[in-house]
Amino acid sequence: MRTVVIDAAGMHYTPLNNLVREAVARGAERIVLENVLGQRFIANGVRGDVAIEVRGVPGGDLGMFMSGPRIEVFGNAEHAPGNTMDAGEIVVHGSAGDAVGHSMRGGRIFVEGAIGYRGGIHMKQYLEKHPVLVVGEYARAFLGEYMAGGTVLVLARHGGPAVEERGLGSGIHGGEIVLRGGLDPRYLGVGATTVPMDAGAMARVRPLVEAYCAHFGVDADPLLDDDYTRVVPASARPFADKYTWE
Amino acid sequence: MCGIIGVIDRGREVMDGSAIRRSLSLMNERGSGEGAGYVAYGVYPEFRDYFALHVFFDNLHETRPKVDALLHQWGRVVHDEEIPTRDTARLRKVHTPWRYFFKPDVRLMPRSTTPAEEIVTELVMRINTAIDGALVFSSGRNVGVFKAAGWPEEVADFYRIEEYEGHCWLAHNRYPTNTPGWWGGAHPFNLLDWSVVHNGEITSYGTNRRYIESFGYRCTMFTDTEVVAYLVDLLVRRHGLPAELAVTALAPPFWDEIDAMDDRRRRLHHALRLTYASAMMNGPFAIAVADQDSLVAFTDRSKLRPLVGAEAGDRLYVSSEEAAIRAMEPRLDRVFMPRAGEPIVGRCR
Repeated sequence: MRTVVIDAAGMHYTPLNNLVREAVARGAERIVLENVLGQRFIANGVRGDVAIEVRGVPGGDLGMFMSGPRIEVFGNAEHAPGNTMDAGEIVVHGSAGDAVGHSMRGGRIFVEGAIGYRGGIHMKQYLEKHPVLVVGEYARAFLGEYMAGGTVLVLARHGGPAVEERGLGSGIHGGEIVLRGGLDPRYLGVGATTVPMDAGAMARVRPLVEAYCAHFGVDADPLLDDDYTRVVPASARPFADKYTWE
Repeated sequence: MCGIIGVIDRGREVMDGSAIRRSLSLMNERGSGEGAGYVAYGVYPEFRDYFALHVFFDNLHETRPKVDALLHQWGRVVHDEEIPTRDTARLRKVHTPWRYFFKPDVRLMPRSTTPAEEIVTELVMRINTAIDGALVFSSGRNVGVFKAAGWPEEVADFYRIEEYEGHCWLAHNRYPTNTPGWWGGAHPFNLLDWSVVHNGEITSYGTNRRYIESFGYRCTMFTDTEVVAYLVDLLVRRHGLPAELAVTALAPPFWDEIDAMDDRRRRLHHALRLTYASAMMNGPFAIAVADQDSLVAFTDRSKLRPLVGAEAGDRLYVSSEEAAIRAMEPRLDRVFMPRAGEPIVGRCR
């Protein structure tokens, strides 16, 4: 396996990303970025089959527009990792900031801990493209806001509720949000509703739980052997009457 | 988009300005080179009993005598000098920063519970509105704001920021959007002991400004953040609200959240919202406010701007980005994200 190690200490993101692209172009299979601190846009738009290890705390928009690579972060992620990501995987050994998976259109994001506000905002899906966001602990308000597709799964491993803030699924018109445990209905946003967790939904969630557990070395059985709450759009056009009159 | 960072040492151990310069520069992407600034508490121990007035002069020869005369009319200046600066390649010195160490004559403001502060506030407002070519941008005791139009490291180098030591620092990197970038419009904004840095915009600025001007404050810096400094002075110094309640008044919970509270809390929040309806701030913001003894940071109630907190021993950090905090202190005991509208509070022991 061809490994390229890059020391990112004190480096601006533009030369850093140039080095990453160069390594990918030369056929690197694994790229290790050491001493990352605040560099934005890491691996933006990078295509191909490569594993990228980020050691440190990257800046915002990690893996934006990325199509294919697998990024593993050993630290916390900033705002909007996986922004408009197309394919590939981001695994965060830590927590992440606001707008995780913003406008994501494919690929998978696994966050070991919690995420901030507006996780999964504007996520979408089309044909075989089905983005997935899995959160180990909890998500803050406005999770899945304006969501148009894909799956968000929150595992509540911290012992409290997966979501206990307002605006869950505000304006959702596609996709699903699955929470381990219950949900106080007053946190449901406009246009979101809960439906029973049927066998089909559980069959979709099971491999995601198992993948999360494999990434972070967690026992999947206690997580799978529990109740889940499923949040879906109440209608395909939640604001049909808000801006237009027919 | 702007970048903010703050740190307080709760045991009052001092830090020089080099670390926060490094942190702020790490967030250069959040600015546009049109404004950056720093404030430090504890920088003038030899003049700790005097108000340190930092003034931008457009023209020392014509304007300074007018400010001198006004200060001598209202008190005593024990020392004044040009703030030491360093010539830097890219930062053009369009104003001359000057500092006065001033003690107001409190006999001139009878019937006030805080006569010294009243006089200084009045002088700041009067100089900034009535003396062309002079702008007071820092007016507290043992605290100093250092700001200009430039990138974080340029402004820091210009003011020789590494030569100052303080137990509490705020810094800001500006990306002006709705108003022009200029020296006075750079953050932090300060009045007396209060300093404010802000990322976002106060869309309720018009309402807030009318409200605050009805109490005698005058907005002169052409940007929204200025009202926050005056609102904090009004609510905390003049009305005596504790920091947590002041934050609740400025960024209150939504009505449906208030309705869901128990009876006692609901009555308190009702009273705050009704009393301070015109002080409530709308729009996206993350704000950090400091005084000599504390650092408070909070976001708007919809959390439309980032804010991260962290602790390392006695030090409490707040910032737009975790990486900026780690640029000052790589070994953190705890990193956390406050809820929308919920303040992070650090107080000196």
